[in-house]
Amino acid sequence: MVVISDITVQGMQMLLVLLLAPLLTGFVRKVKARLVRRRGASVFQPYRDLLRLLRKEVVLAENASWLFRVTPYVTFAAIWVAAALVPTFATGLLFNWTADLIAIVALLGSARFFLALAGMDVGTSFGGIGSSREVMIAALAEPAMLLIVFCMALVAGSTQLSTVANFMASSDVGLRVSLGMAVIALIMVALAENARIPVDNPATHLELTMVHEAMVLEYSGRHLAMIEFGAFLKLLLYVSLIACVFLPWKIAVFGTGPLAYAIGTAAYLVKLVIAGFLLALFESGTAKMRVFRVPQFLGAALMLGLLGTLLLFVSRSF
Amino acid sequence: MSAVGLQMACVAGLLGLTVLALVLSRSKSSTAVLYGATLAVSAVALIGSLRSLLGDPANITAMTLPVGLPWLGAHFRLDALAAFFLVVVNLGGAAASLYGVGYGRHEPTPHRVLPFFPAFLAAMNLVVLADDAFSYLLCWEFMSLASWALVMAHHRESDNAKAGYIYLLMASFGTLALLLGFGLLAGPAGDYGFAAIRAAPHTPYAAALVLILTLLGAGSKAGLVPLHVWLPLAHPAAPSHVSALMSGVMTKVAIYGFIRIMFDLLGQPAWWASVVVLFLGGITAVMGILYAMMEKDLKRLLAYSTIENVGVIFASLGLALAFQANGLKIFAALALTAALFHVLNHSLFKSLLFFGAGAILTATGERDMEKLGGLIHRMPLISFVVLVGCVAISALPPFNGFVSEWLIFQAVLQSPELPQWALKIMVPAVGALLALAAALAAACFVKAYGVAFLGRPRSVATETAHDVDRCSLAAMFILATLCLLAGILPGLVIDALAPITTEMLGGNMPMQAKNAWISIVPIAQSKSSYSGLLVMVFIATSASLSVYFIHRFASHALRRAPAWGCGFSDPTPAAQYSGTSFAQPIRRVFGTVVFGARDHVEMPPPGDIRPARLRVELHDLIWEGMYAPIAAAVGLSSEWLNRLQFLTIRQYLSLVFATLVTLLLVLAIWS
Repeated sequence: MVVISDITVQGMQMLLVLLLAPLLTGFVRKVKARLVRRRGASVFQPYRDLLRLLRKEVVLAENASWLFRVTPYVTFAAIWVAAALVPTFATGLLFNWTADLIAIVALLGSARFFLALAGMDVGTSFGGIGSSREVMIAALAEPAMLLIVFCMALVAGSTQLSTVANFMASSDVGLRVSLGMAVIALIMVALAENARIPVDNPATHLELTMVHEAMVLEYSGRHLAMIEFGAFLKLLLYVSLIACVFLPWKIAVFGTGPLAYAIGTAAYLVKLVIAGFLLALFESGTAKMRVFRVPQFLGAALMLGLLGTLLLFVSRSF
Repeated sequence: MSAVGLQMACVAGLLGLTVLALVLSRSKSSTAVLYGATLAVSAVALIGSLRSLLGDPANITAMTLPVGLPWLGAHFRLDALAAFFLVVVNLGGAAASLYGVGYGRHEPTPHRVLPFFPAFLAAMNLVVLADDAFSYLLCWEFMSLASWALVMAHHRESDNAKAGYIYLLMASFGTLALLLGFGLLAGPAGDYGFAAIRAAPHTPYAAALVLILTLLGAGSKAGLVPLHVWLPLAHPAAPSHVSALMSGVMTKVAIYGFIRIMFDLLGQPAWWASVVVLFLGGITAVMGILYAMMEKDLKRLLAYSTIENVGVIFASLGLALAFQANGLKIFAALALTAALFHVLNHSLFKSLLFFGAGAILTATGERDMEKLGGLIHRMPLISFVVLVGCVAISALPPFNGFVSEWLIFQAVLQSPELPQWALKIMVPAVGALLALAAALAAACFVKAYGVAFLGRPRSVATETAHDVDRCSLAAMFILATLCLLAGILPGLVIDALAPITTEMLGGNMPMQAKNAWISIVPIAQSKSSYSGLLVMVFIATSASLSVYFIHRFASHALRRAPAWGCGFSDPTPAAQYSGTSFAQPIRRVFGTVVFGARDHVEMPPPGDIRPARLRVELHDLIWEGMYAPIAAAVGLSSEWLNRLQFLTIRQYLSLVFATLVTLLLVLAIWS
């Protein structure tokens, strides 16, 4: 019985991220529209987009291979698993110890690997340009991410997200300079990984500076739906990650019963709203940078991570 | 028969096959028979070494042959470390032999390959088994020469002679360094047996010199930057299954030498030794993969990627040295386990990828990626297994490459326990370098796979390619399966490595087999865990769930149409994104510093109908800054000495006289 209820809670988490992901994107878009005095589409528009794409036929390029057709499912699955392993409303879920933060980052790496390959599959220049820039950004983001993980692990003594979240939720952490640096660095990495402004523009098509959208240009119909859904999930994943590590407010501990879960879910929704609002505010106030300015942007994230780590060495109380 | 006796019998069998091959190899039909026999002997040796590794770790067998130095004899010994490396050597050997059964048929000059192939395998087995400095160096040199002969198998192809020449020079240099290192280890008494060296005390000064000489000797064979220059020339020049052995296995034998000397013979390491090794490892990893990223030749790309992986292994060994020097035995065991795990992993996927490159070479005759493309349609099976290899080498879950990288990062995360400030600051930086190398490796293999297998064919030969023979495919599928198995059942591998860490460091990681859901927990202190099996099950479940829902509820309509070219469809396949253009963003970010990379645009004046040209200028700064000056100095001095050949008899007589007087003067002043 216990196992069944455990699996139910784990399944709830997987369903929750699945259901909330398009909503978060829709909310961000809505806020961005309101900030420039447009009315904007409904917050439920991403769901409608997904359904519409599912109903459309797939137009496949003539020399697309099996890899091109498999990739949407592989990337979606990898991102979904990664998103399900990040604590949202509760820590310590049944399969939480399956993978730590390093493995979650690597799962996202798997998704990107296949997506970049799919960009090369048809043999057009757009796919190639998108793939090559995507892997460059990833190559710069990954060392920064490792140093952030390092900084977190130094404070919390683990790379397991549930352990980190529980530790951060306890009162003996307090305000620390190094954690502040780590959170800024993590936000920078998250912006780059999710192809958001100022690194990439999620709303453009056919612009020479675009990265992610160029890579998936050949996709259509149900395949595109899976890839879009994956992108929504990835945004939710990074927001949940930042929330559970740096704002583990009211997060439930596994096995504390439905009431705690309900409170945890409500708190999680509040955090999503705050994060979505801040993201929209930031994106509306920033210009996209040239693609070869990205190394400096991510280099700054790397330096912040390193500085945070070194500060922790100097004194445990920073 | 004792365990070491079985291994020596297999070595004798391989040497016997060498003699047989000398007689038979000119007939085409003997190829399959000889490779089959090598496969059988390697398989027996593999089973024997696996039994030694998994059996009782206290059961160390040794044997002495009455050859070699008269007062010493040739000592051979099989302990857990040797058993593990014998597994790596013979697994690679068996896979290469199986691949050779099919691949060898396309060999135009089998008599240049067949005799040396079993000899090379025998030599690598002997290096691992050797238990005294004399036999070790002798077998080491035998291994170098056998592999050199294989590199020179196609000596009439352009650049191969140069590759062989540079390899020979670097190999002799490496052996010289090792010779001096063993001389120092043996001490004034000059006892060359490993048992005596192990027992003798070593002064810090001697230990420092031994470290440097070992890094020069074993490091040049393994491909540490800046001693790597021969590797990307020599490894690709050999036939592909030999390239796989050289890259996947011979570099590991060099790493075995390093581990044997640093962890076993030299006793307790000094902490600053780890700084040197960590630094070299981190630099090698990043430099190797950046070189690979810039490369157009598929086999050279793989060779450069070997340099990266060697760097990763050395960085992990450096961590093990750092922990061991400070008495943190469990952490040292974690780092050493990670290094050994990566040794196994790299031998698996690098062999697989070289086999894939060989299959492409057979099918199309091309090594240049810019002339390939679209092979996924022509070679479906090869493209599938090579994809597995690419995912594994890019350190992506749930395959094996990720597990060893994960273990290395777990070891990196323990660095706050180190008391020295230099190490405290250095280890996270090296960790960031390793993360950079891992991300660049993924980029590099997206490029390699994307350009060679995906897109549209760039040459006629590529359009008519087809899958290769069954033996080659079987070898590749076996390696791919092992890559997956080591990725989802890492606990078994870690437990098998435990006797080695106990033997070398006096500590080992906790046993993993009893963990729930066969996840791995490196050490209790890290509170981290990873379960490859569950990750794979999760991905498989969620992928099949999504496939099911999509096919149940979404539209099934599918239409083939021309690719969307945004209003301008590329007329020729040459207009696709090529490997060079794929590397452009990374070349621009890192290459300007590392390679002095410049893009030159040659734009004809208005009215001129010549096409504009883009030229990429790259410099190998290590070659130009280090090796080219040495070569120039040697050339200059030999030219100068050459004048001595053209003197008159009077000048020669006066030279002789002057020498005599000088020597007498020296003697007079001396005494």
